[in-house]
Amino acid sequence: MTTTPVRGVHEHALLREYFMDDAFDEMFDGDGAIRPHYAALFHELTTLPAEEIRRRKQSADASFLMQGITFTVYGREEGTERIFPYDLIPRLVTGEEWERIERGLTQRITALNLFLHDVYNDGKILAQGVVPREVVYSCAQFRRQMRGLRVPRNVYVAIAGTDLLRLESGEFVALEDNLRVPSGVSYMLTNRRIMKRTLPSLFRDYGVRPIDHYPQALLATLRSLAPEGRPEPTVVVLTPGVYNSAYFEHTWLARQMGVELVEGRDLVIHDNIVYMRTTAGLKRVDVIYRRVDDDFIDPVAFRGDSILGAAGLFNAYRAGNVTLANAFGTGVADDKALYAYVPAIIRYYLGEEPILNNVETYLLTDPRQRAHVKDNLEKLVVKAVGESGGYGMLVGPQSSAAEREEFKRRIEADPRNYIAQPTLSFSRAPCLLEDGSIGPRHVDLRPYILFGDKVTIVPGGLTRVALRQGSLVVNSSQGGGSKDTWVLGS
Amino acid sequence: MLSRVADSLYWTNRYLERAEHTARLIDINMGLMLDRSRVSAERRWQRVLAAVGAMHGPGWQEERDGSGEPGRWMGVTALVHALCFDTTKHASITACIFAARENARQIRDEISTEQWQRLNGLFHEISRLRTASPSERNLAEFLPTIIDGVHLFQGVTDTTLSHGEGWQVLRVGRYLERAWSLTMLLDLYEREVFPGEDSDDAGEYLEWVGLLRICTAFEAFCRVHTADLTHERILEFLLLDPNFPHSVRYAVDALHNALEAIQQHTRTQRGGELMRVAGRLKATLGFAQIGEIVARDPVRYLRGILDQCREIHDLIYAVYIQYSVETALAV
Repeated sequence: MTTTPVRGVHEHALLREYFMDDAFDEMFDGDGAIRPHYAALFHELTTLPAEEIRRRKQSADASFLMQGITFTVYGREEGTERIFPYDLIPRLVTGEEWERIERGLTQRITALNLFLHDVYNDGKILAQGVVPREVVYSCAQFRRQMRGLRVPRNVYVAIAGTDLLRLESGEFVALEDNLRVPSGVSYMLTNRRIMKRTLPSLFRDYGVRPIDHYPQALLATLRSLAPEGRPEPTVVVLTPGVYNSAYFEHTWLARQMGVELVEGRDLVIHDNIVYMRTTAGLKRVDVIYRRVDDDFIDPVAFRGDSILGAAGLFNAYRAGNVTLANAFGTGVADDKALYAYVPAIIRYYLGEEPILNNVETYLLTDPRQRAHVKDNLEKLVVKAVGESGGYGMLVGPQSSAAEREEFKRRIEADPRNYIAQPTLSFSRAPCLLEDGSIGPRHVDLRPYILFGDKVTIVPGGLTRVALRQGSLVVNSSQGGGSKDTWVLGS
Repeated sequence: MLSRVADSLYWTNRYLERAEHTARLIDINMGLMLDRSRVSAERRWQRVLAAVGAMHGPGWQEERDGSGEPGRWMGVTALVHALCFDTTKHASITACIFAARENARQIRDEISTEQWQRLNGLFHEISRLRTASPSERNLAEFLPTIIDGVHLFQGVTDTTLSHGEGWQVLRVGRYLERAWSLTMLLDLYEREVFPGEDSDDAGEYLEWVGLLRICTAFEAFCRVHTADLTHERILEFLLLDPNFPHSVRYAVDALHNALEAIQQHTRTQRGGELMRVAGRLKATLGFAQIGEIVARDPVRYLRGILDQCREIHDLIYAVYIQYSVETALAV
C-alpha cells in the first residue's frame, strides 16, 4: 500500500508530517477529527513545551539504559549495549475494544489447547477431516514423542502471545499465535514503569488498567500446573544463557517471580526426577518455565549436539515428575499453515464462531493457491511457517524482482514451508520523531495470555512499532520498537 | 545458590586478587631494578615468574628459530609486557582481568549493578590500554589502574552486595588466593633471598623492603617493629600477624570464617572434612611460633601450607560445586 499524502491531518505544527492514508489511524478518524479517547493525550502532547518533551525523553532513555533493558540482535557484536527502541507516546485501547479482544483470546487459546490434546491423543479432528492430517503430520514441530503423554490439567500452552492487527475497518484480527517461547513481556512491563514516570498525570487521569501483576500471575499459573503430589512446587526459569538475545527477559522474569534462573547444565536428572545443583545439595525442580526450544532441550531425546539442555529431561517429563511450560510440541499449533484452520478448530471444539477473525491466508500446498500467489507476489507477504522474528519473510510491495524470484524458487522447492497473506495496511499510531514532531507509524499488538487453572490476560500487551516510516516490519530483531499500551478504564 | 554461580563468584575473586598481587609484584620489582644489585635482571624476573607459579609454563623464554625449544632469555621489557598484556599467558594480569570479567558476566544478575559496572569498566579500560603499540604502553598508568580497579570492585562489593552466601563465596575466593600467593612469595624468598644475606648490605635491605611493599606491609611492619628489619621479624609479620590483611594467617582466618558462614547458609552435612582441614590450618597458624618454624625447616612449613590450600580448594569443589549425584542423594 502506498502512502499517498492526502493532506496534513491537523494544523498544529507538531503534526506537519502527519498524513492520512488508507490504514486505520489510532488517533484520527476518517474525517481527520481526533478520536474522543485520544483527546487528552493529544492535548498533553501539543501543550507541553518542546523542551519538556525532550527532557522527559532523555530521562526515559537514561532509565532504560540504567536498567539494562537491552536487546541483542543475532549478528551484532557483543560488548555494545543497545537500548531496546521504544516510543514515548502510549497507544490507547478503549475498555470496550479490550473486552472483545480478551474474550476472543480466551476462546482461541482454549480451543488450541483442546486441539493439542486431541492431536497428541485420539486425533478426532483429523479423523473427521476438519484439519487435514498432512498439515499436522508434515509439521516439523509435531513431536511424536508427545503421543499419549499426559500433561497437568491438559494444558499444553500455558503462556501464549498472540499478535493482533487492526484493519482498515478498525477491527482487530489475529495475525499469528506464538505458543512456544513467546517473548517481549519484560519490555511491556518495563515500558509501563518508565511511562508512569514520564506522563504521570495523564496516566492517572485516563485510569489506565494495571499490568504490574503479570509476574505474580505467571508464577501462580506455573504453580497451578505442578505435578500431582507437589503442593509446594519449586518453579525455575530455564534459559539458554547469556548469549541468548532474550536473556535480559529471562533474568528479569526470574527475579520478579523470585525463582531461580537455571541453565541446562545446572540440572541433573536422576531416577526420572529433575534436580538443580546447588551449594546446599540437589534441590528438586517441579515446574520449568522453559525458554529453550524443543530441539535443544534434551540431548538424549532431541538434538544430540545441544549443550543447552539436560539429558533425561524428557524422560522425567514423560514420567510426570516435572511440568514444562510450555509443553513440548506446541509448535504444531502455531505453525502458520495450521493458522488457516484455527477458525475451524474453534468451531469444532467450542461450537462457537470465532470472536477474533483470522487474516486471509493462502496455503501453498494447494496448486491453485500456489499459482495465484506466484503470480501476485508483489502484492503479498510470504512467510516461512516455522519462523518467527520476521525472518524468512518477503514483503511483496517492498521487495526487489530478485527477491521475488528467490521466493518463487523457495516456494516451488518446499511449498509446505510457506504461506502467503495479503499485504495488510494495518493501523498506525502517533510516534514522537527525531525532530520532535509527531508522525504515524504502523503498530501491532501482542497481548500475553496465561493459561493455568484459569485464564489471565493482562490488559494491553506489547505494542510493537515499525519505526521506519512506511515500514510494515515491527519485529525488534529487524528494527522495530515498542510502545506502552494503555487499556482505558471506562 | 546454584553451584555454577558459586563457581563463577569464586573464580571472579581469585582472578582479581591474583591480578592485584601480580601488579604489585611487577611494580615493586621494576623499582628494585633501578638500584645496583647483586641480582641480575634475568634472575630477578625468573623469581617473579616463580612467585606467580609460571616458572615452568610454556613460552616464557623466546623460542630458538621456532623449533619449539626454549631459547635465550626474552629480556625484561618483553617479559614484563607479556606478564601485563599477553592474554595467551594465563598468569598475565590482563588474562586474569578478562577471566574475572567473563566469570562475572555469566552471573551478572547475581552481583550488584555497581559491581558489574566497575568490573566491566576496568575491562574496557584495560582493553583500551592494550590497544596502544608496545612501545607506547604505559606501565606507570597500567599497574595503578589494575590495583585501583580491583580495590574499587572490592569496596563496591562490600557496600552494595548483601553479605549473604554470595558475598561469603567471594571472600573465600579472595582469601584463598591471597593465602596461596603470599605463601608462594614467602617460599621463594626463603629459598632465594634470605639465606646467607645480611640486612646491613644496602642492596639486601632493599630486597627485604621490596618484599614488604609487595604485600603493602612496609608501614604496618614498621609500626610494629620499627625499620629494623630482620629475616625472622619479616617472616613472622607476613606469616603470622593476626591483624594485618596481607598476612597468611589473616587470610586463612578470613577464609575459615567465610567457609563457616557458607556452611551455615547451606546447612550442608557434607562439609565435615573441609571444615576440619580449614580449621586445622587456622589453628596451625594461630598457635605457631616463629622461632620454631625458623629453627626447623621454614620451606617445608610453607610448602605444607600450600598443600593444605590446595586441599581446601579441592574440598570446596567436592562439597559445594562438583559433588556426585550419588553422594548428594545419600545424605
